[in-house]
Amino acid sequence: MSTEPVLTARGLVKHYGRVVALNQADFDLYPGEILAVIGDNGAGKSTLIKAISGAIHPDEGEIRLDGKPVHFRSPLEAREAGIETVYQTLALSPALSIADNMFLGREMRKPGFMGRWFRSLDREAMERIAREKLSDLGLMTIQNIGQAVETLSGGQRQGVAVARAAAFGSKVIIMDEPTAALGVKESRRVLDLIQDVRSRGMPIVLISHNMPHVFEVADRIHVHRLGRRLCVIDPKDYTMSDAVAFMTGAKEPPAEALAA
Amino acid sequence: MSEAGGAARRGQEFEDGLEKGDASVAAFESHEKTILDRLQHFLHGNPTMVPVIVLLLSIAVFGFVAGGNFFSAFNLSLVMQQVSIIGILAAAQSLVILTAGIDLSVGASMVLVSVIMGNLAVKMGLPAPLAIGVGFLCGMLAGTLNGFLVTRVKLPPFIVTLGTWNIFFALNLWLSGAQSIRSQDIDATAPLLKWFGESIRIGGAQFTYGSILMVLIFAVLWYVLNRTAWGRHVYAVGDDKEAAELSGIRTNRTLVQVYAVAGLVCAIGAWASIGRVGSVSPQSFQEANLQSITAVVIGGISLFGGRGSIVGPLVGALIVGVFNSGLRLAGVDVLWQVFAIGWLTIIAVALDQWIRKVSA
Repeated sequence: MSTEPVLTARGLVKHYGRVVALNQADFDLYPGEILAVIGDNGAGKSTLIKAISGAIHPDEGEIRLDGKPVHFRSPLEAREAGIETVYQTLALSPALSIADNMFLGREMRKPGFMGRWFRSLDREAMERIAREKLSDLGLMTIQNIGQAVETLSGGQRQGVAVARAAAFGSKVIIMDEPTAALGVKESRRVLDLIQDVRSRGMPIVLISHNMPHVFEVADRIHVHRLGRRLCVIDPKDYTMSDAVAFMTGAKEPPAEALAA
Repeated sequence: MSEAGGAARRGQEFEDGLEKGDASVAAFESHEKTILDRLQHFLHGNPTMVPVIVLLLSIAVFGFVAGGNFFSAFNLSLVMQQVSIIGILAAAQSLVILTAGIDLSVGASMVLVSVIMGNLAVKMGLPAPLAIGVGFLCGMLAGTLNGFLVTRVKLPPFIVTLGTWNIFFALNLWLSGAQSIRSQDIDATAPLLKWFGESIRIGGAQFTYGSILMVLIFAVLWYVLNRTAWGRHVYAVGDDKEAAELSGIRTNRTLVQVYAVAGLVCAIGAWASIGRVGSVSPQSFQEANLQSITAVVIGGISLFGGRGSIVGPLVGALIVGVFNSGLRLAGVDVLWQVFAIGWLTIIAVALDQWIRKVSA
């Protein structure tokens, strides 16, 4: 790789009591790529992702965004730095409308007197932008932007959450198991969506247990094992069974992948 | 970087079967809906319609049953006067219930604040505006205490406010010595305390400043809840606190603010209550907390949080007032008024449950 990584982590360590969740873990994300993170249960991939998205604070190690060291104390700080996370639970408020959800926590106020003194929300602008962002991603089967999120299907909700991340994430989007709760058709829609977002040059970290999905969309695969990065492989050079073998320790990864 | 983007659209092998299947993805299902489904959807989108329909129906029915007296402008404005204090407490209660909490201490904190205002202005001779200001501050403090216990000590709102209800009531008896401050004494030293008891006449109707205040409080809260970011956050916190937190809302701060604002609204209610009762009475409004919850529930705000319009509790309070007034004018015993309100509450919650089950 000639380009500089967008996001790197070096030597991350995190203990939970006696359990070592991260043991000198490294991580690299390059511009415009989809990096899949795979690992067995308990390998520490959630902890790694939480450290990057600001949900936990690592005991040791360094995280750099665009080459500058960052220390996130909350998901909010990571978000302000340009790292958006699509949580497995989606973190949508079911009774609120699509537009309200997209702007939750970063609402726009009206310009001028009403906004300044009465803190009036600029609903028209928020609805217009929400509509634009959704149609950018080909999600305008959702016609009514004022519709409550709870009336949407699982795939549509995922779409809203991805659109929210894509609309506001300026550096990195992290997606935690985006297809885990979806059917075959809806998974397809979400995978297309992920590639659409990547095609705009936004790097994506994809955490998934679904090997076919990982091998379909990922540019590189980060294999996490025993609290650290075991290797990074190119999905074109290896098979799914190779990946599973590395992940579970059934097979030693090749030397060149270790160096990556 | 690989060229996976374009080629990947082929999909997985197991997905080949999809081509023969129904290709519509993530589209809205437009299957036939029954009238009941449509009604459910309509009510889901417009949760205030149930209480509004009930209010209009009950006015029509009682107008018919109780005769012309009921329909007079004077009687309808009297209903507003009668529900004004419970209405103001219901406004405070709505804020808390929207966050999936409950505030059993609203009535007790209101009476406590009215005793504080009366003691300062009448017994200690402080200027009335200052006494009222201190009262407002005490109301906010009482609310903040509730909010602190709910968010920092992480106790359930029901337990917290059950405790503070008793604490505020005991403080109120201690400060007042269980003695009322008489109307004449207030008139002599601090008539401003009774200002909300004054009224203006429009035609045959007589509106006390207190009933106008109630409508104003609801109007302000409507604006805040629907037109400001803070209002949206209140709904989001009540709907799904964890999701709200992950969306970047400081949920605990929002919660403390909600309880503090509720306390302030109760304190404003305390000032209005002195005008309504005509004296400062430590034994009054003993059931006001439960009556305010009744108004909120009949008004269609969900006890599970995050759902319902602030207009609902105003309508809910008016429904209770209309039932009481109508049944009284029709010569029905008071016990049947209570009986009717009880059923109304249960039906309102049952309706809420049904509306929440709406499916796309």
